[in-house]
Amino acid sequence: MSILIDKNTRVMTQGMTGKVGQFHTVNCKAYANGAECFVAGVTPNKGGQSFEGIPIYNSVAEAKAQSGATVSVIYVPPPYAAAAIDEAVEADLDLVICITEGIPVHDMLRTRYKMQGKHTLLIGPNCPGLITPDEIKIGIMPGHIHRKGRIGVVSRSGTLTYEAVGQLTALGLGQSSCVGIGGDPINGLKHLDVMKLFNDDPGTDAVVMVGEIGGTDEEECARWIRHNMNKPVVGFIAGVTAPPGKRMGHAGAIISGGQGGADTKLAVMEECGIHITRNPAEMGRVMQKVLKGS
Amino acid sequence: MKIHEYQGKEILRQFGVVTPRGAACFSVAEAVAAAQQLGGTVWVVKAQIHAGGRGKGGGVKVAKSLDEVRSAAQQILGMHLVTHQTGKDGQVVRRLLIEEGAQISKEFYLGMVVDRGSQRVALLASSEGGMEIEQVAAHSPEKIHTVRIDPVAGLGAAEAASAARRIGIPDAAVAGAVTALQGLYRCFVEKDAMLAEINPLVLTADGRVLALDAKFNFDSNALYRHPEIVAYRDLDEEDPAEIEASKFDLSYISLDGDIGCLVNGAGLAMATMDIIKLYGGSPANFLDVGGGADKEKVTEAFKLMLKNPNLRAILVNIFGGIMKCDVIAEGVVAAAREVHLKVPLVVRLEGTNVELGKKILADSGLPIISGSDMADAAQKVVDAARGA
Repeated sequence: MSILIDKNTRVMTQGMTGKVGQFHTVNCKAYANGAECFVAGVTPNKGGQSFEGIPIYNSVAEAKAQSGATVSVIYVPPPYAAAAIDEAVEADLDLVICITEGIPVHDMLRTRYKMQGKHTLLIGPNCPGLITPDEIKIGIMPGHIHRKGRIGVVSRSGTLTYEAVGQLTALGLGQSSCVGIGGDPINGLKHLDVMKLFNDDPGTDAVVMVGEIGGTDEEECARWIRHNMNKPVVGFIAGVTAPPGKRMGHAGAIISGGQGGADTKLAVMEECGIHITRNPAEMGRVMQKVLKGS
Repeated sequence: MKIHEYQGKEILRQFGVVTPRGAACFSVAEAVAAAQQLGGTVWVVKAQIHAGGRGKGGGVKVAKSLDEVRSAAQQILGMHLVTHQTGKDGQVVRRLLIEEGAQISKEFYLGMVVDRGSQRVALLASSEGGMEIEQVAAHSPEKIHTVRIDPVAGLGAAEAASAARRIGIPDAAVAGAVTALQGLYRCFVEKDAMLAEINPLVLTADGRVLALDAKFNFDSNALYRHPEIVAYRDLDEEDPAEIEASKFDLSYISLDGDIGCLVNGAGLAMATMDIIKLYGGSPANFLDVGGGADKEKVTEAFKLMLKNPNLRAILVNIFGGIMKCDVIAEGVVAAAREVHLKVPLVVRLEGTNVELGKKILADSGLPIISGSDMADAAQKVVDAARGA
């Protein structure tokens, strides 16, 4: 079992004909069941062409109607990426994964406003995507570090997610699904949304939650976990050493107005029963210990 | 991206927000001439630096004659202005704003932020003008009135008037306050701001509503559509290392430790700083080389770190995804040779093509210390920085 995506998911790629889109489409198609999963591409004015045997359509609506894809992944450049999300939402897709980094915040505010009351879920932007090992990979993460298993991973970062996954795999702990929710301040699914899905997934036994400075999403997730989660959660927050007022790479990674510090997040998480570690090299081992103890 | 107060006021005026009359000056003579031109009997001489807290640091002075304008300008221009936001060395003042004095009867606070929780622009208004809003939030949160603004409807006149009344603007001045509030919101959206503050917004003795200060931070991801904001950039206010880094598309932030770190990915870069600290060391910088680093980028990253006189060791921590470990290893070896690296270098590689990458490092003949995982690498670089 898994959350959000599995081997039966059918995916269209928005921005498939750009350099980044091409590179990752090839990799995703080559991973596990990818050849069956990646069924369409969308590039305006290139409808009728194909890439790597994947047909290209002019619009999301057309790609959905023709290919049956209900999920899209977006590699469109930042100035046009929010409009690409809007198009996918209007076409009523189930899930949109926006990889693009650098979308203006005000564009995302308008896009999130338009998404109110709609059925479509959004992951990202500025995220590595998500993977259900040995079934399907939608995004830019290296597939080979993952193993099929029963640990869920949710994280705001890219390579730090790989670090967590790498540690789990090295200890023989496979993953059910790994979700990178992205490092932007205005985004789609939050830690909390993904945590609820893992809690309901019979294929997930425990979750690694990786956060970072900025905002209060981790705290909100932790408070929900305290009263609702019936599976153990291991947590790490990056940025204990980050100075206030500075954006640490990710647009959303900033301590401002006295909010978003790593120590506060860790304290709330610990209070809510999450097995926290302050050592990013220990995420896997803490999970191993937790599983042995339970 | 931050701008100066006088630039912020220029923008606000374009959106109908009333500010005192004033002029930006770069010399004492210009300051006196500007005061003369403005006329009147009271002027305010204000240091223009990007940090807040200028008044407390001695960067804002009231002058009641042209001689006082001259002496205030002499004192402030060139001073190292230390505030709670500048660090202990302060910031050199190179620009002044000379403004006509205002007869203040009451001060208010206006702020605007992108509120992550509600995914809206939020207006923060308070009767407690002139104070740090963080202080107000901590001690009397009930004095902050928050309006989360509908992005389609915008900030309506009725909503703005109600906010103005809530913070104690008298009826006669509500219309002026509504102009300021709506102008600030339109400006915030149209110019892609992340944060804006008018602190204080004042009510003058003659019943006018004036923005006495203006602070902006703009979304760097949206600057491509705002050349007029980019033109306001003042490189003197930015860290030279961070400016240099941005030329090569590197994300770099100077810190006060002695262990340089070069990492791919922002989250992993923060975690690398954290683990250095956890093992008893202190990071000299945050440095994310991004997903597509090549030899040139890695070399520039090394040069940047080596400009720091405090640097005692370097930790390279790469988890290869898109970025292949062999490519980064070649970059590290080439960079170490080109810069004639004298400080100890610890490298930890993981992910795509890791074995190939490790072999390139081992075969290079350079004294590169290999870290088997993050913990091992952190321990080794902390030891190396201590000279153990």
